[in-house]
Amino acid sequence: MCTPLEVVELSKAYNNKDAVKNISFKINKNEIIGILGPNGCGKTTTIGMILGLLKPTKGKVLVNGLEIETKRVEILDNLNFISPYIELPKKLTVKQNLEVYGRLYDVKNLSTKIEYLSEKLRLDEIINKITGELSSGQKNRVSLAKSIINDPTVLLLDEPTASLDPETGDFVRSFLENYQKEKGASILLASHNMNEVERLCTSVLMMKNGIIIDRESPKELIKKHGRKNLEEVFLKLTKEKHESE
Amino acid sequence: MYGLFLRHFFLIKSSLPRILDLIYWPTIQIILWGFISKFFSIYSDYYNNTLGIILTCAILYDILFRSSISFNMLFLEEIWSRNFTNLFIAPLKLKEIIVALIFTALIRTLIGLVPAIILTAPLFGVSILNLGFPLLLLFLSLYTFGITLGLFVSAGLIRFGPSFENIAWSSLFLLAPLGCIYYPIEILPSFFQIVAKGLPLVYIFDETRNILLNGFINYDNLKQAYILNLIYLTFGIILFYFSFLKARVKGTLINMGE
Repeated sequence: MCTPLEVVELSKAYNNKDAVKNISFKINKNEIIGILGPNGCGKTTTIGMILGLLKPTKGKVLVNGLEIETKRVEILDNLNFISPYIELPKKLTVKQNLEVYGRLYDVKNLSTKIEYLSEKLRLDEIINKITGELSSGQKNRVSLAKSIINDPTVLLLDEPTASLDPETGDFVRSFLENYQKEKGASILLASHNMNEVERLCTSVLMMKNGIIIDRESPKELIKKHGRKNLEEVFLKLTKEKHESE
Repeated sequence: MYGLFLRHFFLIKSSLPRILDLIYWPTIQIILWGFISKFFSIYSDYYNNTLGIILTCAILYDILFRSSISFNMLFLEEIWSRNFTNLFIAPLKLKEIIVALIFTALIRTLIGLVPAIILTAPLFGVSILNLGFPLLLLFLSLYTFGITLGLFVSAGLIRFGPSFENIAWSSLFLLAPLGCIYYPIEILPSFFQIVAKGLPLVYIFDETRNILLNGFINYDNLKQAYILNLIYLTFGIILFYFSFLKARVKGTLINMGE
């Protein structure tokens, strides 16, 4: 059986300056891997290459055994992405947005699917509202609905709970945990919320200056670096970064 | 007050595209109306039905304008709503995106034009439907060229991002003086005539005037327009694909919404 997501010796350079340098990792079925690192460490670039939005300078991305450079459309059928930096069309209602994306992903029994998502993500009350008029938390739930409308086996999450209140953040995290268990999905989570990473991730990739400097489970990382929690590990590594500069 | 003035002054001073934009529009308007004035001062008795021909040409030019702007707008709306990335991570082939935009642009064009066409008859006693069957050929040719311009601009938007937005608005106005919409090509200075002959617009509008003035159709003009359209459309599609590849290298697609 193919590995859901495999990144092999991946590099990306802009104007001869390395953004990502020769990184490799795998995400197995039923696994949530976190990517941690300071701003500019290469997280978004890595996600961009996995999504096929960026062409790697070297290396390859395999999703369910298919290479993104040659099988982009087939791969995107089973993959999805959520980020606070991208939004859904603001002038459409929530339902219209889900219908549009359901059709783009060629979802069968779309009405049933929208009803299911609406119930699961508490969208019932806002389903006919204009997306641009929703609160951040509501928009986030709608984006989440869009990101799983095609039942992706590989889900990429870029700061999925950024700017959410604690209650909504917790709801989203619980939802993601359940989704991963129900569908056996493989999830890559880039986040600055260390509690979130500790709670959700089976393993964490620590990135710095475009390379992976460490990879362990959250518990192992804390133990290895002799800190109380993941946030302290992160701060230690960030400090080391500034000192090395 | 001075502070507010400075806020805009600094913005303009630091941006060459903004300065060019300020110069561009008046220049194009003056050139276009300069040629129109020159034409009417030399050939004041050229048209028997001046209003009919001018209005018909204006409506036909709007077909080009609307189709191109519609195509560009579909792209710009994705950028403005920060939905661009979502679109490019959906399992869509580039050719599917192009075809979807072409047909949606057609609907948008018709929504904008049909009321204008209907209104000209009672208001001015002019109907472009009087062109008869050739209207369909003229429409298709203008629509194809409009879509082609849309492809050029969208390719620029993909490659250079939202900073290319102004080009989307201004590209069509650049073609207005050279397209010989309201006057024959002979009105242009000789150098501009060489450039204009490379545009399908010259043949389309020359033929429109010919049909309205002489009541018969010269298929050579339309053939020439369609050949040029085919060349430009092919180039536009290649450019669109090329821009997508370059954007993937440069990273424009992932930063589009920011």
